[in-house]
Amino acid sequence: MAACTILDTMTMATADEDAAQEFSSVVASHRPQIFRFLLASTRDVDLAETLTQECFLKAHRNWSSFRGDSSAMTWLMRIAINLQKDHWRNRRMQFWRQTRTNSVDLDEASDWLPSGESSQETRLLARERVAQVWSAVEALSERQRTVFLLRYVEELELSEIAHTTGLSEGTVKAHLSRALARVRTELGGKR
Amino acid sequence: MTWKTKWTTRTEEPAEIEAVDPALKQALGDFKASVRAWSDAAHHRPHTAQSIVVHRSWQLAAGWSLAAVLLTGTMSGGFYEHHQRVVAAHIAAVQKAEQGRQAAAQRALDQAQQEEDMLASVDTDVSREVPSAMEPLAQLTDEGESK
Repeated sequence: MAACTILDTMTMATADEDAAQEFSSVVASHRPQIFRFLLASTRDVDLAETLTQECFLKAHRNWSSFRGDSSAMTWLMRIAINLQKDHWRNRRMQFWRQTRTNSVDLDEASDWLPSGESSQETRLLARERVAQVWSAVEALSERQRTVFLLRYVEELELSEIAHTTGLSEGTVKAHLSRALARVRTELGGKR
Repeated sequence: MTWKTKWTTRTEEPAEIEAVDPALKQALGDFKASVRAWSDAAHHRPHTAQSIVVHRSWQLAAGWSLAAVLLTGTMSGGFYEHHQRVVAAHIAAVQKAEQGRQAAAQRALDQAQQEEDMLASVDTDVSREVPSAMEPLAQLTDEGESK
């Protein structure tokens, strides 16, 4: 009986270790993507880091309940979206508080361009285009922005976006179309 | 056809929009590259622990309110104490004046009594004394009575 109990304990300990290792690998592989999505959503590095940590903390607490119905990425992204929603909801509820935001402005966000061998002129044009897209993204609704970023920054499939956001594929398409129309208008290509 | 199907079928497919608009496609590509470059740089930046300054204006308001209440209480207490002292002094003065008035009345009463007693004793003495001018007549009267 005692031997059985010890065996059970050892098995559980081994299972715990396996789960911990599995979770560590999930964190290592998905953390950059979650952080990137939150950074693009908030334009605030510190806030994005905080929300990323909260996301993985929440995921760790609920790791045992993750059944693998969806991919770990989709599951984590859903947690991140909910955390982001909660954050903005709290900000709205706390409108009377003197809150400080660290969001960078659109010009600063547009300064980031991949280092390449392109000419100065090409880089200037690219910077201008990025600023226009940021401007359009800022004007989008929260849901449109989320769908847009998941599609055009994270490159998720429509079905994955639908699964992550809990929307139907048709609704996701509609949000994307409107977001793209807004971007196209901002680019001056409204036809 | 419901409003929902109308709404969803009316919109163009995102892929179609991208396909017909190379400028849009270019802009989206630049945007993705920019966000990824920013994210990579931010993700690999050195992290330093920094204290988070949270402005809690409600705490500030509560602090100021508490300070105002304490200040008001202190000042009210001071004023009340001062007022109490003034009232006590006034009452003491009134009591002292009353006591003085009563003492004066008592003294006046005593003096009047003394004067009355003195006048009474003077009347008795005076009534028993015979003036010297009438002394012979008084002696004759006493002798005749004895005979």
